[in-house]
Amino acid sequence: MTVNGQEHTREVEPRLLLVHLLRDELGLTGTHWGCDTSNCGACTVWMDRIPVKSCTVLAAMADGRDVHTVEGLETSFGLDQLQVSFMACHGLQCGFCTPGMLMTARWLLDQNPDPTDTQIREAISGQTCRCTGYENIVRSVRHAAEAEAGKAS
Amino acid sequence: MVWRETRWLAPSVGSDMQVPAQFEYQRATSVEHAIALLNRHGPESRVVAGGHSLIPMMKLRLAQPEMLIDINDLTELAELHFQEGVLRLGALLRHADILASPEVGLLCPMLHDAERVIADPVVRNRGTVGGSVCQADPSEDLSGAFCALRAIAVIRGCSNGGEAYTRTVPMREFFTGPYQTVVADAELLVELQVPIFPDAGSAYVKVDRRSGDWAVAAAAAVVRLDGDTVTDVGIGLTAVGARNFVAQEAEEYLRGRTPAPEHFAEAGRIAAAHCSPADDQRGPADYKRHLAGELTRRALERAAARVGRGVTWRSR
Repeated sequence: MTVNGQEHTREVEPRLLLVHLLRDELGLTGTHWGCDTSNCGACTVWMDRIPVKSCTVLAAMADGRDVHTVEGLETSFGLDQLQVSFMACHGLQCGFCTPGMLMTARWLLDQNPDPTDTQIREAISGQTCRCTGYENIVRSVRHAAEAEAGKAS
Repeated sequence: MVWRETRWLAPSVGSDMQVPAQFEYQRATSVEHAIALLNRHGPESRVVAGGHSLIPMMKLRLAQPEMLIDINDLTELAELHFQEGVLRLGALLRHADILASPEVGLLCPMLHDAERVIADPVVRNRGTVGGSVCQADPSEDLSGAFCALRAIAVIRGCSNGGEAYTRTVPMREFFTGPYQTVVADAELLVELQVPIFPDAGSAYVKVDRRSGDWAVAAAAAVVRLDGDTVTDVGIGLTAVGARNFVAQEAEEYLRGRTPAPEHFAEAGRIAAAHCSPADDQRGPADYKRHLAGELTRRALERAAARVGRGVTWRSR
């Protein structure tokens, strides 16, 4: 499979979950392992460009697929705008939910560059911030949307 | 307590993770291949698509298949068609695919109502229509919806002699009990067929404790109108112990009457009287019974108000 553009080949037990392959085998610990029941969304990554909860995807199911994790957001041009906005707007406290929030928010802005607050809240409704910092997370996503609109114009 | 049942995965960094018991895994390359694998491996094999019910159950040892057959590559099962008054939904369509289809919203708004309240957007990217109904959770939203719509399940299988067949089962006869359906060991649900009528409106109304949760109770309604007469009606109930997920007595009461608020309210009372909800962590039975009645009334009102909205498809 491809992770953040890099090919990886591993022989794994069928029961190995994608989140553990990413963290334990590939050392990509940016993807967090939270509730393990597909509720909290901390483990959200993209598989074939669509956000999925990697605690509920078998590593074997990702065979041949294109996986993106939070580590792939940063490019040679620097951090992704969303990462910058999360810092600027205090979009994280403990940071546990942040990788999942970033992956879902990046996907949202790629689909819809100018979402309303309701659309942002709906998009992250499958993700739990245990610090309850949702206001600042929504503000951060708005900030990123506005910054990207500014850059584009 | 079942939550404490965890296992150590040998080569891992010492974390107390929940992983499924050992099983074999194979990817199906066609429907025929999937059915052949099911046939060969017998009742200890299970099909996995989205996996959002099965994988958590495997972690908790509530399911312990020996062979998992992955059907995610079977794109022929992820198609959506509308032909001759029938909306055909491939079993592998993701919830997100259904929501992304304006055609479904137009032809059958109830399905958009229901899909919008299933879990959360990330889960909906993965979970499938077929997986949801085959899981047959009594609180699952699409069961009541498809039963109200009088949808037909298309099932493919293979006889002991190796002969392939296709059979159809009305969704109202699909569920044989909690977590049980008519789909047999060497069979695969491939499609759901929803009859669409130009004189019908439909709606789904749900009450849950928090966003994305299972229903405390929910009601689905399809109403067909000819002038001021309800010519036909389908009422589905979720999570309240209704027989076959249907409020049949309320349907019988309403058929032939006017779409008046008092008739919808009476249909709600009848639906509430004939279901049998149970006390659980989502609420007491009498509250759920109240919800069954009130949500039936609201779903009927909303469905009736939508009659004629899907007119644009008629020109095709």
